[in-house]
Amino acid sequence: MTKAVEEINRHTISVLVDNESGALARVVGLFSGRGYNIESLTVAEVDPREKLSRITIVTSGTAMIIEQIKNQLRRLVPVHKVQDLTIEGAHVSRELALIKVTANGEKRVESLRIADIFRARAIDSTNESFVFEVVGATDKVDAFIKLMEPLGLSDVSRTGVVAIARGPNPI
Amino acid sequence: MAHHDTLNGAEILLKALVDQGVEVIFGYPGGAVLPIYDELFKQNRLRHVLVRHEQAAVHAAEGYARSTGKVGCVLVTSGPGATNAVTGLADAQCDSVPLVCLTGQVPTHLIGNDAFQEADITGITRPCTKHNYLVKDVNDLARTVHEAFHVARSGRPGPVLIDLPKDVIQNRGEYQPPSKVKSKYKPQVKGDLKAIEKAIEMIAHAKRPIFYVGGGVINSGPAACQLLTQFVRMTGYPCTLTLMGLGAFPGSDPLFLGMLGMHGNVEANMAMHDCDVMINIGARFDDRVTGKLDGFSPKSKKIHVDIDPSSINKNVAVDVPIVGDCAHVLEDMIKVWKAKQCRVDDKALKAWWSTIEGWRGMDCLAFENSNKLIKPQYAIQRIYEMTRHRNPYICTEVGQHQMWAAQHLKFDLPHHWLTSGGLGTMGYGMPAAMGVQMAHPDALVIDIAGESSIQMNIQEMATLVQHRLPVKIVILNNQYMGMVRQWQELIHGGRYSESHMNHHPDFVKLAEAFGAVGLRAETPGEVDGVIKEMMAVDRPVIVEMRTDASENVFPMIMPGMAHNEMVLGPEDRSRDKPGSEQDGMVLV
Repeated sequence: MTKAVEEINRHTISVLVDNESGALARVVGLFSGRGYNIESLTVAEVDPREKLSRITIVTSGTAMIIEQIKNQLRRLVPVHKVQDLTIEGAHVSRELALIKVTANGEKRVESLRIADIFRARAIDSTNESFVFEVVGATDKVDAFIKLMEPLGLSDVSRTGVVAIARGPNPI
Repeated sequence: MAHHDTLNGAEILLKALVDQGVEVIFGYPGGAVLPIYDELFKQNRLRHVLVRHEQAAVHAAEGYARSTGKVGCVLVTSGPGATNAVTGLADAQCDSVPLVCLTGQVPTHLIGNDAFQEADITGITRPCTKHNYLVKDVNDLARTVHEAFHVARSGRPGPVLIDLPKDVIQNRGEYQPPSKVKSKYKPQVKGDLKAIEKAIEMIAHAKRPIFYVGGGVINSGPAACQLLTQFVRMTGYPCTLTLMGLGAFPGSDPLFLGMLGMHGNVEANMAMHDCDVMINIGARFDDRVTGKLDGFSPKSKKIHVDIDPSSINKNVAVDVPIVGDCAHVLEDMIKVWKAKQCRVDDKALKAWWSTIEGWRGMDCLAFENSNKLIKPQYAIQRIYEMTRHRNPYICTEVGQHQMWAAQHLKFDLPHHWLTSGGLGTMGYGMPAAMGVQMAHPDALVIDIAGESSIQMNIQEMATLVQHRLPVKIVILNNQYMGMVRQWQELIHGGRYSESHMNHHPDFVKLAEAFGAVGLRAETPGEVDGVIKEMMAVDRPVIVEMRTDASENVFPMIMPGMAHNEMVLGPEDRSRDKPGSEQDGMVLV
């Protein structure tokens, strides 16, 4: 096989499923049972009338593995639609993180300055701590967390990636 | 209280089963399903076969399903009843057998409480069923049952489990007939015509073609098997079948090269290796078929027809994938072939067949017969010759006897060969034969067994006797777990670690203890006599044949080797070559 086929790439896959008990377990169990990896996973109901949830999964693998993942997902009975946003055209993806920084003095001021640059909002504060809310692409969130590390980073909670196709058409 | 327009859950369940065409249920009662058994007692539309272990109920339903093409039905209780059924469900999942398994569950208010005989069976069976349901409201029950049957039989068939809490089957609710239930599950059955045209183009221009056909054609139904036979004969191309595909194309047809794979025929494996166009219809490039992947049919363009898109490009990258039901695709293939007035390349085909005849001439299944010891191959050949006029249904357990049966029996009809292919479940054959006999009371049903496998579900002898199912069980007793011993001999330096059982029951007395008939053959001269006697008896029979303990199954592709690297027999020096571990593939 050629090198290009063997190359491992990251893909963002969007899965529309019935919002029923066990649906998420089926998807997650498929990944663990077949040895695929999950880098990020988000899920929430998106259509209460039709009782549909959207699961956004970031995974990586060779082209053949990614094809398998999508076909295996399509095989699940509660799955309605599987889309590979990475290859189906332009899309936007975002995640949200809540970041707790515990600091005094200059470090505390510096954390606020950096938060400003990243358009992170302080959504909780005490005399010795902040909780920042930062929204952005994964690498932006990563960068913000890295900068907070020396300033007293104490806790991180991230949503994982949500994504949607660009342009007027629904995914 | 007037309940004129409502039924209790158990009544709804049985009504739904009848409306789905169920005739027989294989099951075992217990606390959580007592209301269902009470309703069963009061009716006479559904027959119930009382097994002795729930695993056997599932295999019996598999036997019923695979020999009829209908959905098999299982009913077991919660907790241990349900967990005992898991092996059968995994088996049905691997071999794509349509089943609906009904499990009892503790009442909804006790779920999650570690109640008596509670098991999270939807959790446990999620990876080994096609789909499963937990019904929480009696008004969802009928819809769920109808949908479960639809899912089990549509697309790539498989087992579906419905977990039924006790309160749900006791509460009263409304029945919905199948016509009122619309399922969103609609797999693609028609193949893409552009891809089919491309495939036909490729098939017509092939110089060294081969049809590689699997159980998907049998699952698609008798029409698919007829269309396949028609198409193969139109082309005059050679055809090989997988273990699961035996019977999809007539075994006596000269175009048939025999089974392929680890214990396949030389002509089949060599033709797969050297072909230029491979036409895979309803097979899944299983590792037992392909051998070493980077040595698998390196010179061929590959066409793959499968109803399950996830089977395509999973192990082997193909050139023309066609997602669809085999019958639909074959029908379109024949249409396109005729419309385009395709002609095969006669000259190339003649040369290809002469190469194939060369391989065929090696007579790879030949063995040295003995007049002192019963050779297992001889026993199977005699069974074939002496029973073929009755078109028997043959089931097997798992191991050497299974491979010899696959090699030496010829099947001209689909649905007559039942074996555990994907999961390789020892103990499959006898309960499966039970299910076949339930579906075909007048047919000759034979389970070819090994003495080890048969003991995994030997308790079902009692079921056979109770339900007067005259299944014939032929045990090829070589005193060993034969296939384990063969691998130990060939791969593990002859260290026979735990593969020898130095105590076995007296199978003749055992048969008699169950109320069945026991027969024994110890020399080749006695073989015909016991087969004749076995066929003459209208009761369950165990025939024990004491076979040569040293015999191995050949040809064999050693793990990690390719199709053109077969070991042909005990004298073949190539077996000294160690298997390779390329691609990081672990030898299994």
